[in-house]
Amino acid sequence: MPRKTYIAAIQAALAEELRHDPSVILIGEDVRIGVFAGTRGLHAEFGDARVIDTPISELGVAGAGIGAAATGLRPVVDLMFGTFLYLAFDQIANQAAAMRYMFGGQTKVPVTFMVQNGGGIGAGPHHSQAVHPFFMHLPLIKVVMPSTPYDVKGLLKAAIRDDNPVIFLNHLALGGQRGEVPDEEYLIPLGKADIKRAGRDVTIVCAGLMVHHALKAATELATQGIEAEVIDLRTLKPWDEATVLASVARTGRCVVVDESYPVCGGASEWAACISEKAWDHLTAPVQRVSSVHVPIPFSPVLEKMVIPQPTDIVAAVQRIVAQPEPERI
Amino acid sequence: METDKLLDIYTRILRIRRFEEEVGKLFAQGQLPGFVHLYIGEEAVGAGVCAALRDDDYIVSTHRGHGHVLAKGGDMQRMMAELFGKSDGYCKGKGGSMHIADFSIGMLGACGIVGGGIPVAVGAGLSARTRGTDQVSVTFFGDGAANEGSFHESLNLASALKLPVIFVCENNQYGEFTPAASAMNIKDIAVRAQGYGIPGVIVDGTDAIAMYAAAQEAVARARRGAGPTLIEAKTHRRGGHAEGEDAFLAGQQYLLPEERDAMRRNDPLLKLHDYIVERQLVALETLETLDQEVRQAVADAVAFARASAAPDESILYEDTWV
Repeated sequence: MPRKTYIAAIQAALAEELRHDPSVILIGEDVRIGVFAGTRGLHAEFGDARVIDTPISELGVAGAGIGAAATGLRPVVDLMFGTFLYLAFDQIANQAAAMRYMFGGQTKVPVTFMVQNGGGIGAGPHHSQAVHPFFMHLPLIKVVMPSTPYDVKGLLKAAIRDDNPVIFLNHLALGGQRGEVPDEEYLIPLGKADIKRAGRDVTIVCAGLMVHHALKAATELATQGIEAEVIDLRTLKPWDEATVLASVARTGRCVVVDESYPVCGGASEWAACISEKAWDHLTAPVQRVSSVHVPIPFSPVLEKMVIPQPTDIVAAVQRIVAQPEPERI
Repeated sequence: METDKLLDIYTRILRIRRFEEEVGKLFAQGQLPGFVHLYIGEEAVGAGVCAALRDDDYIVSTHRGHGHVLAKGGDMQRMMAELFGKSDGYCKGKGGSMHIADFSIGMLGACGIVGGGIPVAVGAGLSARTRGTDQVSVTFFGDGAANEGSFHESLNLASALKLPVIFVCENNQYGEFTPAASAMNIKDIAVRAQGYGIPGVIVDGTDAIAMYAAAQEAVARARRGAGPTLIEAKTHRRGGHAEGEDAFLAGQQYLLPEERDAMRRNDPLLKLHDYIVERQLVALETLETLDQEVRQAVADAVAFARASAAPDESILYEDTWV
């Protein structure tokens, strides 16, 4: 199977969908040049009408994507950084997340918003936050966060074909990751998690960059005789409760890891659900690992302290694996 | 213009130029983390405008903000330490290149969000008027920001409330890699002022003397309570959008050769240098000595930054709740 980078897999997914469906358009600032390379080369094949450079006007561009989606197109809106979604938030929250419902089902909004989400490259507070919980919170919006080249291709194609608004969160720190990516077409259904590593002792729930940190942590834990199961959610909303709950039923312990903040973050949502629905299987409290609740600092030294690292995950697992089993009566 | 003032403006430009040249080198050597956007080519705008301000006036900057900090009188050492992400930096290493602020000199911060600083400057103008001072507030932003909602809302708000705000658009003709000409259907951003009932003036942003004159007029208008002005400075960014952008571009060209020539012809430092020398306002040796002093100050700043400690973990939890 050919090996590709994460970025090349994004290019492949976009090219395939632009070919597959004439209603797909790509719109955003500098999509021709493709600053993060995901959109590079597409203008040459698909031209001005379908690969559209825009002014720096996030609110307007997002709204245009929504309006185009509501009237028959299937736009991919590239807003570059997750933090730039904040500028488009009104259109996404008040229009994309409401339109179909508040108009009684008269339309659908098949738009995909694509950004680089999260930190780890010293880009400073305005370019490094993991913003996905804001969008997980909204109704009617799907949120996708791929971790590997294989997944990013299959998920992006599925997101574009999905009839709902999708926030598609790539990660800048993963752009150069290499992995096997088939040239032939495949889709990965939204809402389906993937067990990236099987293990009997503890379940680690995560997505995106955190999958790689969790896998590193699992390797370390294995040297201590602890076998961790790493579940890559891939889609954050709707998320694959069934796969997670089945795993927790086997392991009895769970650590949830998310790059966003602890208050109302991704980890909070997963921990709450697991505590509610897998209580009888849990032998220890669910442990959350999130970013420190401050703006993402510029200095790489500080940034590393803020964003969860493999050592933080190892420590969280050790907190609950070290606990004695409760006495069963 | 008085020679002292001219030399003041020249010094500001020179400080920015030598600082930015060094930053470019350090970035190329991989010594600076994150993204760096240099102000080379645009120095006359920040220097000309800030020379028309008082120390207690406010400025708000952009992602391309090093020049504004220096033009307002910022400290090179603390700036350089911030670019290295060190604890003695202006923001203790928490902000970095795109987020340098020095409230003690009225520099209210650079900003990583295009158009993000403009409303903040309007707020500073509102604050000055409410407190009964005659301070003014300047917001620098690029041509790209003029297409953001924040620009339009801020112009209207400042005009409706007659606030002491000077909107300085640094039209360097590209928003990231997109030519302004393909992002807007007008040649001059200054015409947008008409829609908000305020003066809009076009200035050669590579001409420091012209920038200073335009700023003086706008500042005087703002101070006397007559409201905001939009100044459009036509300028060039010599180094492109960001340092290391060749890696982003992967061989793609976005700049026309004639534009490169225009940039070389319109170097704001050389233009002011030649103006001073041709009129024999200052001895050439004086300018050369000044250059040596500035170069030494930059070298000292780098040494200071290198010697500064990395931020300690305790800093992480500081500056949150008051």
